[in-house]
Amino acid sequence: MSAKLDRLCRQLKETFGERIAEPVIALGELTVVVPAANYSAVMLQLRDDPALRFEQLMDLSGIDYSQYTGYSGKRFAAVSQLLSLTHNWRVRIKVFAEDDEFPVVASVMDIWNSANWYEREAFDLFGIHFEGHVDLRRLLTDYGFVGHPFRKDFPISGYVEMRYDPEQKRVIYQPVTIEPREVTPRVVREENYAKGSGRG
Amino acid sequence: MADVKNYTLNFGPQHPAAHGVLRLVLELDGEVIVRADPHIGLLHRGTEKLAETRTWLQTLPYLDRLDYTSMIPSEHAYCLAVERLLGIEVPLRAKYIRVMIDEMTRIKNHLLSIGTHALDIGAMTMVLYTFREREDLFDVLEALTGIRMHGAYYRPGGVYRDLPDRMPKYQENRFKNAQTVKELNEARNGSLLDFLEDFTDRFPVYLSEYHTLLTDNRIWKQRTVGIGVISPERALQMGFSGAMLRGSGVEWDLRKKQPYEVYDRLDFDIPVGVNGDCYDRYLVRMEEMAQANRIIKQCIAWLRQNPGPVIVDDHKVAPPPRAKMKGSMEELIHHFKLFSEGMHVPPGEAYVAIEHPKGEMGVWAVSDGANKPYRIKLHTAGIPHLAATDEMCRGHMLADATAIIGTIDLVLGDVDR
Repeated sequence: MSAKLDRLCRQLKETFGERIAEPVIALGELTVVVPAANYSAVMLQLRDDPALRFEQLMDLSGIDYSQYTGYSGKRFAAVSQLLSLTHNWRVRIKVFAEDDEFPVVASVMDIWNSANWYEREAFDLFGIHFEGHVDLRRLLTDYGFVGHPFRKDFPISGYVEMRYDPEQKRVIYQPVTIEPREVTPRVVREENYAKGSGRG
Repeated sequence: MADVKNYTLNFGPQHPAAHGVLRLVLELDGEVIVRADPHIGLLHRGTEKLAETRTWLQTLPYLDRLDYTSMIPSEHAYCLAVERLLGIEVPLRAKYIRVMIDEMTRIKNHLLSIGTHALDIGAMTMVLYTFREREDLFDVLEALTGIRMHGAYYRPGGVYRDLPDRMPKYQENRFKNAQTVKELNEARNGSLLDFLEDFTDRFPVYLSEYHTLLTDNRIWKQRTVGIGVISPERALQMGFSGAMLRGSGVEWDLRKKQPYEVYDRLDFDIPVGVNGDCYDRYLVRMEEMAQANRIIKQCIAWLRQNPGPVIVDDHKVAPPPRAKMKGSMEELIHHFKLFSEGMHVPPGEAYVAIEHPKGEMGVWAVSDGANKPYRIKLHTAGIPHLAATDEMCRGHMLADATAIIGTIDLVLGDVDR
């Protein structure tokens, strides 16, 4: 498997050269960061180049890196998992949005039609705008929802809740009444904590 | 002639053929569908966001609730992702158990899928038969995990416990006399493996009954042949996987192409369709059940021969045995820390895909070294399939919309997450 990954890695470097960042192999997977300016062209070539031939976009999702331990870079990224049936290999493509306040990346909907809903989802949950997407509506959240719930600064309990108001005889929105609480705190331990000798 | 305009029809969200809470806005020209716009998210529970606030272990039971008709394989993808990040190797026996349960779930999923698909388009009988067999498989899960649906049985590092050596039995009551109870308990006198083996012996007979009911049934064929045709090129473009992709004639199965667990040691075939219509996908699912049955038989034979541990011995990941925990201070600390603070997963990211009964189920897990995931992205097979409803429905009659929703094997918990 790793020989195959090396081959793919070499192939990517050969094909794209300076247009992509250095491909990284970790845990038997290949990750490539593509600058936003080259994104569309690189993705199109990934699909059409006979030596690469990524016919399928299996997944595309947003991620908000703002609270990642020890990270200081661009906040939002769109991450796609590509699959080639011809060569039987996978690659992960990451593209960071240039602007943290108004994240925009190019849409790949014309290259892979499956991107349609994935990009709508990433727009809905992270507020990443996909330039060139013809139908960028919210996908998962409620009609009339405000905000982007998967951003790290969005509280898990949200901002509004819904209830039936007996006086107005209709369902109304009101500010949430539950207190946010954290049962297990988030902890990052010193290095190699997980790899210690935990054998009984 | 009067000017007749297209009109829109709201299908769902509480329509019995919508398989859950799917709202489909259909634009109709007479009885022909011009455009279908699925509105999803009515069952969105924010599983991925919840996972960010739970420890790695606490997240696991949420995975069951995604696809609530085939629960356990979703856990499988998650466990494999965590195991890859942790870099641990699962004991061989646990791998066989996982494969056996996955294949059992595949049968269970396809039984529901075909049964309700037939129910939706007018063949009421089918669902009564398929639910009879599903009942047996639910009993297996109950004996194994204590719960009939949301088992939470897999763990990062193996499975929660070994297979039980006895099955729960029916008891006499005022509705069941001694004779009935004896008949019902006939297969339940041995271990879980005995019960499952008895099922795999009976299952081919059931399968031929289904074939008799549907495969040459004229009405069934009229409702499915040539409906929702997808060419292989379009299926790839739209990110199809599983039976939807194979129904279009693309020979692609992760169990064969990118084998995980012990699939490379097992003998099974991959059925492929020709025309890419609802009928071919039905045939693919039927044959997949037969193949799953074969795999289960092989797993049972192996599991009988090879006892051994079912979870790793690393107590930073898996809890120590109860008896040891009571006797040793160090084990007690391990136990306490694992269930309060949780395991720490080294920084990194992993995308692991498995052949879920519905198609490719992928988990993209990102860790920054904490006791909680930084981000979990769940790729479920239902999303691209449902996204393609528009294309599949166009030009078909209104009644075919139910046939198409049935064929994509839709479960909204899976799509909405």
